[in-house]
Amino acid sequence: MPNKNPKSTQAELERIAEKILKLSEADETEVDVSSTTDALTRFANNTIHQNVAEHTLGISVRAVVDGRTARAGTNKTDDESLRRVAASAVSLARNEPENPDLLPMLKSQKYQKVARFFASTAGTTPEDRARAVTRVCKMADKKKQTAAGIFASGSSQSVMANSRGLFAHYEQTRAEFSVTILEANSSGWAKSNSPDVHKIDPEALAEKASDTAAGSRQPREISAGRYTTILSPSAVLDLVGFLFYDFAGTAVLDKRSCLTGRMGKKVFGENITIWDDVYHPLQSGPAYDGEGLPRQKVLLVDRGVPKNLVYSRATAKKMKTKPTGHGFSLPNEYGEAPMNLVFAGGDKSIDEMVRTTDRGILVTRLWYIREVDPYEKILTGMTRDGTFLIEDGRIAGGIRNFRFNQSAIEMLANVEMLGPAVRAAGEESFEMVVPAMKIRDFHFSEVTKF
Amino acid sequence: MMQDWANLAIETATRRGASYADVRVMDIRHREISTKNGEVGTLLESESLGIGIRVIASGAWGFSSTDRLTREGVQECAAEAVAIAKASALAKRENVALVPEQTHVDTWQNPFLKDPFRIPVERQIDLLLAADKEMRRVKGVTVAEGSMSFRRIDQLFASSAGSSIHQIKMQSGAGIVATSFAGSEIQKRSYPNSFGGQHMLAGYELIESLDLVGNAPRIAEECVALHSAAQCPEGQKTIILGSSQLGLQIHESIGHPIELDRVLGMEANFAGMSFLTTEKLRHLKYGSDIVNVVADARLEHGPGLGTFAYDDEGVPAQCTPIITNGLFTGYLSSRETAASIGEKRSGGTMRCESWNRLPMIRMTNISINPGTWKYDDLIADTDDAILMETNRSWSIDDKRYHFQFSTEIGWEIKGGKKGRMIKHPSYSGITTEFWNSCDAICSRDYWTLWGTPNCGKGQPQQVMGTGHGAAPARFRNVKVGIAFAK
Repeated sequence: MPNKNPKSTQAELERIAEKILKLSEADETEVDVSSTTDALTRFANNTIHQNVAEHTLGISVRAVVDGRTARAGTNKTDDESLRRVAASAVSLARNEPENPDLLPMLKSQKYQKVARFFASTAGTTPEDRARAVTRVCKMADKKKQTAAGIFASGSSQSVMANSRGLFAHYEQTRAEFSVTILEANSSGWAKSNSPDVHKIDPEALAEKASDTAAGSRQPREISAGRYTTILSPSAVLDLVGFLFYDFAGTAVLDKRSCLTGRMGKKVFGENITIWDDVYHPLQSGPAYDGEGLPRQKVLLVDRGVPKNLVYSRATAKKMKTKPTGHGFSLPNEYGEAPMNLVFAGGDKSIDEMVRTTDRGILVTRLWYIREVDPYEKILTGMTRDGTFLIEDGRIAGGIRNFRFNQSAIEMLANVEMLGPAVRAAGEESFEMVVPAMKIRDFHFSEVTKF
Repeated sequence: MMQDWANLAIETATRRGASYADVRVMDIRHREISTKNGEVGTLLESESLGIGIRVIASGAWGFSSTDRLTREGVQECAAEAVAIAKASALAKRENVALVPEQTHVDTWQNPFLKDPFRIPVERQIDLLLAADKEMRRVKGVTVAEGSMSFRRIDQLFASSAGSSIHQIKMQSGAGIVATSFAGSEIQKRSYPNSFGGQHMLAGYELIESLDLVGNAPRIAEECVALHSAAQCPEGQKTIILGSSQLGLQIHESIGHPIELDRVLGMEANFAGMSFLTTEKLRHLKYGSDIVNVVADARLEHGPGLGTFAYDDEGVPAQCTPIITNGLFTGYLSSRETAASIGEKRSGGTMRCESWNRLPMIRMTNISINPGTWKYDDLIADTDDAILMETNRSWSIDDKRYHFQFSTEIGWEIKGGKKGRMIKHPSYSGITTEFWNSCDAICSRDYWTLWGTPNCGKGQPQQVMGTGHGAAPARFRNVKVGIAFAK
């Protein structure tokens, strides 16, 4: 049974939006209507143990009344519910103090096209996912290993419209495969996602995880300390994801950003350049922000120097600059953030990074990362699912997992080599385009028991 | 109406070949308010109604959910759940088996005094803005924030075995935070707890009992004072944890490892597994003799975020001894996993975030029983220690052995007296070594049932509220200060 193609309901979403705009008694009204179909096949112990699907509709209405704004939401589409949600947004807004930062809603905008809907992904069936999972489980069985993971697919579309004539529409598909391969005392992991299910190769990912598990058998314990460390793109993503909110104008205004007092100064290495670019071919997401403003490509870091922040309309006005199309849906207290990070990559393979390392650590995956110090950007977390010792330019075997306490600022100042930037998927942050990195003096502070 | 949809779903699933079906129809109402530096941030109210249908067909699981609550919509959803189960059977190793459970027909609602949705939004905003104003009166505070959230969950559980259980749960929560930037430091103090404050299965009376405005000046002053406080030392020390920090310690290093789905490998790809393999049950010395921990979902334990009458697969709330006089004695289980530890009945811990999510094993109220110490006596009895209060960061490995926590504030204890303020307090350790080093727990007078509203687990991820009763407790010979070690 294929997932329902959301294209068939675009007219329905528009009809709901138009109806609410007519019903609303607010000075200004914004309506977001979205429809999502998601399915996820989950496996563990070499069998499917959970297998789910969901079909959801979301209606969100923002009302502006006398310089005040609030939001109400529902998933009910009958006339009475639509009338109630429109009235509820107005009622909430009336009961709050006037908002001095509130700007008029946007008029009609022009958006650059992004093509992120693939019919083959939307049409992926439970049988398609189950067959791929079965092949992976059989491979694990054959190797006397145990597989666990997910194969997910889905599609969504959304419509944004307001009473000043703005109209935006976005549709996308998602596919994701993540696999952990377990042995008695080791494990390996691989993950990939894309709007296009054909870009995902479950068996190749499982083979990679299987090799990692096999290669890290009988892990030995080595002392914690500072090591030259090679991070996979997923591990890099999970760490640098903690920096993204620091590039928000609001965070700097609130003095909660690690970039307070550091803009324009060389705080990272010469080899670090970062953009926010929703239009990059490996990125995903709509070409407009939470207010419907077109997203701009922004150079955040130029050869180690933080150059630009991103701004919502209200933050830009406060900071006397121009908005960049990175605002969140209103009302909110966070302002904005870059959500489509793209790093400039290098040309070194992980093999080459290993060959040039006398003694170091190779990390497959990081886990449970939390911020210890927001200004120095010290992050703590664990390695997981395949941590290796490198000696004399070769992998010398698996080691027990480390805890790290590492400043992300210092880390990006100590990058010795960069791999090509790829679309990576992790657990702690949204997808981004990042390279593998070889980092000097990465700080592992303690070691666990496996 | 909820019962009609449930009946239609079960009838359709059974007709399509399901050997078992259960259904959750949920109508969830949510209100969220936040303020920052004298202005309203988020002001949102939402409702969500839908149905989730879980079936066993061809010996395998399937689940589908929809908010299209028409005859056609519910029937299509039930048929899809069965089709998904049949696809699951392609990779089946053995048939799904559930331990028996009686059928239950019941209704239940948690007691509360004041419906937060009937309290005017204006009054709720005014309270947050009053606390905000008090915090910003203190020189050096750069950001003052407050938040409130309320959730009313009206849900029906029905199963093909004949159960029909209607429950209404009202949850409330609020908190305030002061942040101060100076030099190269960002300091923070929260009340009554960090990451959203205190949350319970209660009405607006909880918010009124917190006295946010009265506590605002104190946390603002402490926040600014932290800049000039002494740095937490590095080394092995005695520590005393405040009750909210101990609650999170319980959550991470007891609550998660006792989840039987983790133990059995079902969460291996994301949330991870557990060091508590099944041969350790009734054999492992988890903690010292004074450590007694229960998983208690019953109302008599208190109005926690893990309190209910029935779980989301229709099993009545229970109290399971988890650690008894230091010995590991129990897991959190479900109808599917209970048999693996020789239990004849589920521990009743299956819950789902919403109608569009599958129920899974979640912590209920995982609480440490109170000890005998008066707080002042505990301080007086401690020669050299650091008192750590209010969590700032938390991290633990994927088998729940090695953890590291930091708190917002610390205090030096010297010669039985509370002394100077300590900044950047942190501690780390191995779960069982840590709990075996516990030598004092304060009494019921200092015990609070904390709510953790943001526990993530599962794929697709679900966020769930859990409860953790805890009192201040002392631990010996703990590694401190490593989070900031150079």
